[in-house]
Amino acid sequence: MSDLLLSIRDLYVSYGKVEAVHGVSIEVPRGEIVTVIGANGAGKTTLLNAAMGILPARGSIEFEGRNILRQPVEDRVGGGMTLVPERRELFATMPVEDNLLLGGFLISSSERARQLEEVFVRFPRLKERRRQLAGTLSGGERQMLAMGRALMAKPRLLMLDEPSLGLAPLIVADIFSIIRDLRSAGVSILLVEQNARAALRVADSAYVMELGEITLQGKAAELAADPKIVETYLGLATH
Amino acid sequence: MDSTILLFLLQDGITNGALYGLLGITTVLVFAVTRIIFVPQGEFVTYGALTLALLDTGRVPGTVWLLIGFGVVAFFVELWMSRHDLDARRIIRETLTKIILPCLIALAVIWLAPMKLPPWANLLITLAIITPMGPYLYTIAFRPVAEASVLTLFIVAIGVHLSMQGLGLVFFGAEGLRATPLSTLSLPVGPLVVTGQTLSIYILTLVTMAALTYFFNKPLFGKALRATAINRLGARLVGIRTSLSGAIAFVLAAIIGALTGALSAPMTTIYYDTGFLIGLKGFIAAIIGSLASYPLTVIAALAVGVAEALASFYASQFKEVIVFTLIIPVLVWLSLSSHHVEEEEE
Repeated sequence: MSDLLLSIRDLYVSYGKVEAVHGVSIEVPRGEIVTVIGANGAGKTTLLNAAMGILPARGSIEFEGRNILRQPVEDRVGGGMTLVPERRELFATMPVEDNLLLGGFLISSSERARQLEEVFVRFPRLKERRRQLAGTLSGGERQMLAMGRALMAKPRLLMLDEPSLGLAPLIVADIFSIIRDLRSAGVSILLVEQNARAALRVADSAYVMELGEITLQGKAAELAADPKIVETYLGLATH
Repeated sequence: MDSTILLFLLQDGITNGALYGLLGITTVLVFAVTRIIFVPQGEFVTYGALTLALLDTGRVPGTVWLLIGFGVVAFFVELWMSRHDLDARRIIRETLTKIILPCLIALAVIWLAPMKLPPWANLLITLAIITPMGPYLYTIAFRPVAEASVLTLFIVAIGVHLSMQGLGLVFFGAEGLRATPLSTLSLPVGPLVVTGQTLSIYILTLVTMAALTYFFNKPLFGKALRATAINRLGARLVGIRTSLSGAIAFVLAAIIGALTGALSAPMTTIYYDTGFLIGLKGFIAAIIGSLASYPLTVIAALAVGVAEALASFYASQFKEVIVFTLIIPVLVWLSLSSHHVEEEEE
């Protein structure tokens, strides 16, 4: 088995006649955190949605060496990748626990029970709120629930779309430390962020996306020191 | 009015109310899974009733040809929708479920119908003909617009209702039909007579209500169906096949609709457009149950049935007016008492 978990090559994604992603190639090696940073509207979310199969795309997407370009979302989840979307997409009128259990829809019920305990250990807050409706949670708790739900499927690749968006700095720090823990637990992560400073600090390698194209790529530490990046993405970052 | 008449009216009302309850339950069910206000429910009642009545007389019902027609159209819609990822396995599966299956059912019916089987066997044949129409209809009319707003889905549902009613007129003709009762059992209870027919209606309503309440709240699969309605994208992201959820809801809707029709066919004459009014009363019950609660829907349906029976005794020409006016105070009360629930769409 190769060390590349996800390999996207020459990917084109369009909304109707408008092309939003123009020939993007990125790679996620097994066991690493890879981040895609860029301004609002650069096509980062589009890229993730295409990788997950929510949007149709042209090009090639390989997961663990198999071409999954034509696979529907459900099969990709079963295959070992999950997405935490920017808007969380929780089941608002269901309790926290049901949201999590449904996250494990495709695994066996004994695995599901075990996985639920693991998620509760990782997110003690969710255990306290297990009977509360997902729609009544705070922003940070929702992000944790969305991540917990995505982890219930036992993914080998977790894709996170702007996990820090709209959250208080303290909670952002929490979320990023959880992301680091997840890598230690063997989950590879593809992280899309506008908060470039935090993303580059946690990631192993990074891509910079502008207007639907990758303009820079390299080790996260190198990019964090790159004067162009510092000027464009870090100088203006709020924290 | 003496107490005997009142008892008769109550019994009549509860029997009809139980049927409305079944339809109300289906409305809640379909809405919960697909966000569709299922107007064509009444047509499944009509199709079920008329199919059973025709089978009783030993004729092959026109719904058989409708079933094949629906299957073929659904087959092509399915192929068109999945044109980007067609493979041999998929084509074979669709051919089996949408072409071969309805043809086999049709052949079986053509073979069995002239034998004049007992009523319960005809009931099963009726269910076999009508049930697949549910998922076919879902594929044809609703899956292509599954992500649309509740209003769009509602408009589509009305369109489906009108076309199915028209098809009903073409295939059944304008005259009404009546079926033979399922059982000739009759028990005197005081001044009343309880027939096997009404008993089976009561039992069926209770069982369906209990089974659905359990199904949607306990097993993960039922929760998955509910989750599909709450957030389709969220459901897909955890691996739920949302098109399958919709198809399952429509299977249940078709079964319950056909069953309701088949049960009422021996008690009243059913015309090609009778189902709509019956379905509408079930819909009122579902609204009173806030399109969410099965037990509340059944209680409301019984109230609608009783109100209708009393109204037809006191002011028969205003029967429908009185029943449909009932919904206004209920809506006012619901809108005043409802608490804010967060919308899933901004």
